[in-house]
Order: sequence, then C-alpha cells, then structure tokens
Amino acid sequence: MSDFYETGPSKPVTESIRVDKVSPKARRMHNIRAIVVVILAILMLIPILVMTQTAFKTRADVVSVPPTIVFKPSLEGFVFLFTERAIAPPGRIKALQEAAETGDLSLFDRVALNSGQEITGLSDYVGRLTNSLIIAGLSTVFAVVLGLFAAYAFSRFPVAGKDDLMFFILSTRMLPAVVVTIPLFIMYRQLGMHDTHIGMILLYTVFNLSLSVWLLKGFIDEIPIEYEEAALVDGYTRMQAFYKIVLPQAITGIAATAVFCLIFAWNEYAFALMLTSDTARTAPPSIATMLGRGGIEWSAIAAGSLGFLIPVAVVVFLLRNYLLRGVTFGAIRQ
Amino acid sequence: MATIELQKVEKKFGANHAVKPMDLTIADGEFVCLLGPSGCGKTTTLRMISGLEAVTAGKILLNGKNVTWSHPSERDIAFVFQFYALYPHLNVYDNIAFPLRAEGEKKEAVESRVNEVVDILRIEHLLKTKPGKLSGGDKQRVALARALVRRPAAFLMDEPLGALDAELREAMRAEIKQLHVAQNATTVYVTHDQVEAMALGDRIVVMSDAVVQQIGTPAEVYYDPANLFVANFIGSPGMNLIAGKLHDGRVQVAGGVDTIPVPVGYRNTLPAALNGAGDVTIGFRPESAILADDGDIAGEIYAVDMHGSYKLLHINIGNGATSGIVHVRADRMVTFPIGSAVRFSIDPKMMRFFDPQSKQAIQQEVTQ
Ligand SMILES: Nc1ncnc2c1ncn2[C@@H]1O[C@H](COP(=O)(O)OP(=O)(O)O)[C@@H](O)[C@H]1O
Ligand SMILES: [Mg+2]
Repeated sequence: MSDFYETGPSKPVTESIRVDKVSPKARRMHNIRAIVVVILAILMLIPILVMTQTAFKTRADVVSVPPTIVFKPSLEGFVFLFTERAIAPPGRIKALQEAAETGDLSLFDRVALNSGQEITGLSDYVGRLTNSLIIAGLSTVFAVVLGLFAAYAFSRFPVAGKDDLMFFILSTRMLPAVVVTIPLFIMYRQLGMHDTHIGMILLYTVFNLSLSVWLLKGFIDEIPIEYEEAALVDGYTRMQAFYKIVLPQAITGIAATAVFCLIFAWNEYAFALMLTSDTARTAPPSIATMLGRGGIEWSAIAAGSLGFLIPVAVVVFLLRNYLLRGVTFGAIRQ
Repeated sequence: MATIELQKVEKKFGANHAVKPMDLTIADGEFVCLLGPSGCGKTTTLRMISGLEAVTAGKILLNGKNVTWSHPSERDIAFVFQFYALYPHLNVYDNIAFPLRAEGEKKEAVESRVNEVVDILRIEHLLKTKPGKLSGGDKQRVALARALVRRPAAFLMDEPLGALDAELREAMRAEIKQLHVAQNATTVYVTHDQVEAMALGDRIVVMSDAVVQQIGTPAEVYYDPANLFVANFIGSPGMNLIAGKLHDGRVQVAGGVDTIPVPVGYRNTLPAALNGAGDVTIGFRPESAILADDGDIAGEIYAVDMHGSYKLLHINIGNGATSGIVHVRADRMVTFPIGSAVRFSIDPKMMRFFDPQSKQAIQQEVTQ
C-alpha cells in the first residue's frame, strides 16, 4: 500500500483526474460511494416497483400478508379503473358460475364473478387523464412562450425597474397555494370559470410564468448579445435574429423550463381539488378520491397512478439530454 | 466599395463621453486603423458606424449617403467581432451562408458564393464543422469568410486578432493584409496593438480618452507625432521625451553638459511657439541617437536589452534632480557594462519639439 507513493499506480493514468484520486484507497472510496448511490437509487425506485406490481395484482394478492412478490398478473385493477360497477344481483352471479363451469368467460365476466360486482358503465378515468393532458400541456406551452418573450425583454432591453419587477414576478410564487385557493375559488365562481379548462389553463400558466421567466432569463443571459448583433449587421431584423439565433441556442433552457412547468401543472392537486368538480377535473384529485368509494380497490388506484406517471416519464425521457445540460444552468458552457 | 465619413460624431453614455466629437473621412478601398489604449472609445466608434450603437450627435455618411439613423441591416457593412461571434448552432457552411440567406439568395447562388470565399480563405475542409471545434485561427478565417461573402461596402473589424497567440497573430495579420490587397475593400480596423496598426493601416487614427489625437499614415504618426501622447504611445519603446531649455538659438538638455543647436527646420518656429518661456520637451526615437565619445548628452548605462539584431540601451541621463531614462539603439556586437558612462548625440533631422504646457508638437517650417 505505502509503496503506491513510491511507484505510483500499476496502470498508467490516461484519464483526467486529480493526483489524490489515483491512489487505491481513493479508488476504493469512489467505488463505495458509487455503490451507495446505486442503493439509494434502488430505494427510491421501490415504491414505483410496488405500485407497478400492485396494478397487476388480484384483490387477494394485494391484501395478502406477507406481500406476494411472485404472483399471477391480472388485469383486474385496470378493469376496475376503467369501469363503474355495482353489486351484482345473486341471480347474475349464479348464472356466471354456471357459465364458468361449462365454458370460458370473458375478462369482464370473470372480474364480475370474482368480485361479486357487475359492470354498469365506463369510469371517468380516461376523461380525467385527458383533462390533465390538455390543461398541463397547454398551460406549459403558454407559460414557456410568454416566459420566453418576457425573459428576452428582461435580458436584452433596459427595462425601468428591472430588478424590482423580477423580484415581484418571483414573489408571486412565494404564497402557498392553499392561501390563495379560497379567493381564487370565489373569483372563479363569479367569473364563471369554475370547473372550466380555460380557467385551469390560465391558472397554471400564471402560476408557472414566474418560474419560466426566471429560468429562461438565466439561459438567455448566457447567450452573448454579439450573436444577435452579428445577425443584425448580416442583414436580419431583430425578430429574425431572435428566431434564427437566440431560439436555437436557448433550446436547452426551453426544454428544461418546459419540463419543470409540465411537472408542476401535471402534479398540481390543491387548486384542482377546489376549482374543478367534473368537466375540468384533472387526474390527481380524481385518483385521490378513488380511495373513498366503497371498498378500497388498491389495484385500481395503483393502475390509475401508473397511467398518471407514464406521460411525464415519457416527456422527461425524451428530453433527458437537454435536461442534463439545462439543469446545470449553463455552468458548463464556455 | 465605399467611402465612410464621420462628421462630428459623438457618443455619451450618461454623462460620460465614450467618443468626443470626431471627424474622419475614409476613402474608397482605404484600410484605416483605430488605435488606442483600452477604453478610449474605439469599439464604440466602430459600433456607431455599424449602427449597433446610436450616435449622440453628428452624422455618418456611407458613400455620401446619410445613414446615421439607418438600421444596421440596411448599411451593407460587415462586422468582424472580437470573439468572432460565430453562430454556435450552425456549422461553418451555414455560418458563412447566413448573410446571403438574409438577402433571399437562391440555393445555387449561395453555394457558389460560399465556395468562392471558402476557396480564398482555404477552409474547404471545415465546412461541416461546428464553430466550437475550430482552432482560433480557423475561427478567425470563418469570421472573415462570413464578412466577405456578401461583398459588403465596408468591413469593420474589432480587434479580430486579439484572441490569437503571438505567432498566429502575425500570420493572420499578413492574411488580412493580403485579403485587403486582393479585395480592395474599405476597412476600419480596431486594435490596441500599435505594431498591428503600423503593419496594416494605410492610415492610423490614434485615440485616447475619447479624443482623436492624430490621424495620419504610419510614417506620420511615427516620425511626426502630433502630441506627447502619440509620441509616447507609438513605437516600442515610445519616443524618448526629455526636458530642455531654449536660449540663444541652442537648446540645453536638462542636466546635460552641452547645448545643442536648434535644428534647421525649427529655427523660427521654436522661439515663436515657446513665446519666450524657454521650457521645451525634446523628442527623439531610440534609433535617432548616435553614440559617440564627443556626444552632446552624457549618461550612464542603466540596463541593456538584447533584441537580436540590435541592443537597446537604457541610459540614465538624469543628473540627480532630473533623473530620466532614455532608450538608445546600439550595435549588438558591442558590450556595454552596466554603470559605465556613455555619450550620444541626436540626429538633428530626427529631433522633435513639444510644448510642455499644451503637450502639442511644435511644427517644422516647410522646407522647399
Ligand atoms: N454600453 C455601454 N454603457 C456604458 N458605458 C460604455 C458602454 N460601452 C462602452 N462604455 C464605456 O465607453 C468607453 C469606451 O469604450 P470602448 O469603445 O469599448 O473602448 P475600447 O474599445 O477603445 O476599449 C469606456 O469607458 C467604456 O467603459
Ligand atoms: Mg474595444
């Protein structure tokens, strides 16, 4: 060990690394840290794994103690998620039992037989998820587009009272959502915007705008003004310079900002609970209220949460390269 | 190609003058260098010509047309920025083609024109590369290509070689000169490096503290500086400036042993300019001093720099109170021990005089 300091590492160093990180001890510490990080990452993923498993479990598997790790997957949870059901009359159960003995039952009939419930119609889950997609998607687009123009102006033009305005914009985010829900509820009811898509899109856009302006201003500040000036003398207008020069260079920041806005709008619960009831109700409050209806269908709730998780996961996955560069806020840029 | 004319052009940032009223006429095809220390207003002047900065007062004429308030894109000029400002998201080809596309040129026309300039600057092999991967010299060439491609009326360059290392700088300097000779385009070139300005400029505009100090050819600003600032700023080292006194047609170097006869060209102007006061500043270049045992001025060797083909002596001519170092060029083969006594004379034809009060040069009589 001690002759490391005499002989140096056994293999020539061919990577960029500080001297004190080359010793076998330092390398071992590095590996230990890496293992700890991996373990933490796995711990974080366990709830998602449990949720995913639960979504595919039957009612018996869900409540069994100890929990089953290996089980026969079932779509029961998804059937419960997408349907409305009622207690089946005894005659119906009997008929199903007889049918089961003679031949195959359809998926729905099997679920009905197992749970003693009869399917009476489609649930509102798909509608709620669609609401979430529309409201979160559009509000993100508006927040980013408006934020981009505002951030550009703050970054490039001599706006009077710039610092105070920027602080004011940030301060709109300092109040906890619960504090403003009541006044908003009253305002929205007066204006007829309660439980409307427009109302929710407007609310989330306004709420996200502060974040969007602040993040994007940082990204645009990083782009030297010389590029635009070069474009101006090269024969372009200011607007053209913005589209052709600033926008492509800000794309990393725009993607990062869009993801942050989308995640907020997608997950938002308190406003959605107060300000929507049916037409514009989004997924978060609707999944939560499933808890309250009759027996708790854990597998249906897990299935609903899984469906709720997928869109954001897909967006984050698609934009992961931008995000990695974006969340460092230009620190690595030269 | 174009002429550029500045009439009393002035720029204030708040209460501070970045450029005080300035007159400058640049002929078609001329290469003019704006030279001065950092912060003297060179960049601001260039930006006013390009329209990136609005003037506070004055008029700018391009080809005789008043463009003072025209949009930068309407002025038909190309700007080469100090750090090139190559668009990082576009490859070299698209960077060079960018100005042409603003004019809505056809694809084939763009391509043939880009290929033309790419040929001139020998950067064919870089066309697909993004600017981030280019070396300093190549970035510079691409920036020049982007400026050339549109055949603008004039080129404005802001310290284009400032970011390059010394060796590359000299090579690129020659390339820019070559390019100018070939294209004969009106060029305004900003630099704080007087060697660069001397090498490139047809004329040099020396600026300091927002004021134009002198406009002249490299030879004029070198041999006949208009004032003490220019005398000191041009040349490395600058002109030697020593205090003297005029009486009875001879000047006495402060602390010096011998008096020197006033050179022919100054016989009448010098007494007239000094108005009887007698105090004068004498200027001479290091190469205008002649070492001789019977020289007029005595001093002692303070330091010796070997410059390869010659030696530069630092000679202390101060006699106690008026301590002063002057620089004198000497033979590289001769040894000068530190502390030894030397004497030298000043070539009378190369001697210049300045008024220590006004700091302005005293004019010579025009000799027929
Ligand atoms: N946008 C600006 N706002 C305020 N002052 C400026 C601005 N640009 C330049 N200045 C000032 O004007 C003076 C001249 O600057 P500049 O033209 O950049 O000098 P140079 O290019 O000769 O180094 C400097 O004192 C500088 O601080
Ligand atoms: Mg400058």
